[in-house]
Amino acid sequence: MGTRLGNLRPNARGTPPLRRRSRLGDRLFKGLSVSMAAGLIALLALLLVVLSVGGYRALSKFGLHFLTGRNWNPVFGREDFGALPFIFGTLVTSAIAIVLAVPVAVGLALLLNEMQLGWLRNPLAVFVDLLAAIPSVVYGLWGLFIMKPVFDHTVEPFLTNTIGQVPAIGALFRGAKYCVETQVGNPRACVKFGYNSNGGDLFTAGVILAVMILPIVTAVTREVVAVVPRDLREGALALGATRYETIRMAVLPYAKSGIVGATMLGLGRALGETIAVSMVVGNGLGIGPSLFRPGYTIPAVIASEFREATSVGVHRSALLALALVLVVVSLVLAALSRMRVRRTARLVGGPTPAGAAEIPALEVTG
Amino acid sequence: MSGVEAVRQEALTDDLGSRRIEVHDLNAWFGSLQALRDVAVVAEPQAVTSIIGPSGCGKSTLIRCINRMHEEVLGARVSGKVLFDGQDIYAPDVDPVEVRRRIGMVFQRANPFPTMSVLDNAVAGLKMVGRLSRGELRRRSEQALRQAGLWDEVKDRLDEPGGKLSGGQQQRLCIARALAVEPEVLLMDEPASALDPASTLRIEELIQDLKTQFTVVLVTHNMQQAARVADWTLFMLYGQVVEFGPTRKIFTSPDDKRTEDYITGRFG
Repeated sequence: MGTRLGNLRPNARGTPPLRRRSRLGDRLFKGLSVSMAAGLIALLALLLVVLSVGGYRALSKFGLHFLTGRNWNPVFGREDFGALPFIFGTLVTSAIAIVLAVPVAVGLALLLNEMQLGWLRNPLAVFVDLLAAIPSVVYGLWGLFIMKPVFDHTVEPFLTNTIGQVPAIGALFRGAKYCVETQVGNPRACVKFGYNSNGGDLFTAGVILAVMILPIVTAVTREVVAVVPRDLREGALALGATRYETIRMAVLPYAKSGIVGATMLGLGRALGETIAVSMVVGNGLGIGPSLFRPGYTIPAVIASEFREATSVGVHRSALLALALVLVVVSLVLAALSRMRVRRTARLVGGPTPAGAAEIPALEVTG
Repeated sequence: MSGVEAVRQEALTDDLGSRRIEVHDLNAWFGSLQALRDVAVVAEPQAVTSIIGPSGCGKSTLIRCINRMHEEVLGARVSGKVLFDGQDIYAPDVDPVEVRRRIGMVFQRANPFPTMSVLDNAVAGLKMVGRLSRGELRRRSEQALRQAGLWDEVKDRLDEPGGKLSGGQQQRLCIARALAVEPEVLLMDEPASALDPASTLRIEELIQDLKTQFTVVLVTHNMQQAARVADWTLFMLYGQVVEFGPTRKIFTSPDDKRTEDYITGRFG
């Protein structure tokens, strides 16, 4: 039996010692990884502290009004900082992006992983991944010069005339009337829909965001779908399930928690996206049901105002407070999704925990 | 194969709803690796046909060729004929989905749908076939669970997720799920190999029950199991049939020396 204990040789008495070998490598590795992990947590804590300290003056001056106020006036002496339009704009554009991108991403992932596409599969996958490589400012330019005119003249009027007529949700797709004289001096030649959104609008920004988050949501969903056990698929197939039924019965229920994780990753991106959004969102402070009105987002306002913000008033402090709000909103959403993921993972888990399906949710960005 | 001919002569039984499976000149590949070579075998109605042989001999591949599951593996190919009551299931106009509905399968690892309730698991296949009322689904579910000998154990936990049952119960749930769609042939790929002796015994009793209604094909690496439950036994080696015949003959006076060596535990 002595030889079973690895490279310990029997000592003089014949019994090999059970003494622990010095495991320097193990200890080094453990120390290194623990300090890295602690550093990461410390970094997040530090970030929150710095933002809180920086934003303290604005937050203490305006209190709850900072979150509920609808006016944003950085002019010294008449300062008024209410962040509601930005919070509203951030959440609305991100929500549009998620609603548009997630179904497409899940469909794409299933198409790429579950269907026998033959030669089409690799080029399509590469194409989707390439979308992630396009710089955000290029999306912004494209959105501003190419997409937005089409939206203004075709897509949005179409939506107004169709879904816009539906009683409840129609309000989302209508705007207040505005009039652009197409002939000078002839007020009757009006374009009769929505806002004059030459400066951009929430919907356009949401669509751009959807395109931007599509690659990441697709990639993570593909990973999640790829780890669905063969057993489950074959169980469905052996019952005489078609490909669609296999996906519905075996693949989606198992991958659900992972898809929520992928969605949260996408949401994290959408909430924080700055340049492209600030180029097409219209930078308007209004709040209302219409998606076709100009809006503003937290990252966009920070990016466009930080240069002018002096330490004289509380403008700079207000921008830091905005950043804090953005981080907190992201963390809260990440935590909520984490709870949801746990609940489904526990069910799916059983004897074989869905470990792989949980990983994406851990990476949710703040 | 003379064995096949002999079997055909001996066991031309009346057709009582279950179907006869004939395999002719079956070859199967995984990419460039050939897993089956010119396999021929017959599975009679109302009988258990077991396939034995050492790991990697192609027994799972053979059973997966009988309901067209083999082709679901990337790069897998099949040639030859599998006749299901006279129809070639590899004929070009055959729908593999229909084949799999009528030739049910139970796998080595129990694979109930983990988030679905026990009740829904049992009728998962039925729900695909057509719209059935809630009451009808419940009735069919109970019937299938009773048939699989699971009803008494789960009748108070029908709404729990299938993943919460014990291993043996999960396997019987999978059998119930396969039975609920009323297949004509039941393929079982080492259904008890991951189970404890008590659960194994339950599954074996169940197989004895099932063979009164179905054609059962059983893959097993457990020779005692084959000896206990099978009427016919096929011994395979390196993707080829070594010997096929009545179980009693295979286990007592095999024609081939390799069969004898395997049965007596000299290899494998």
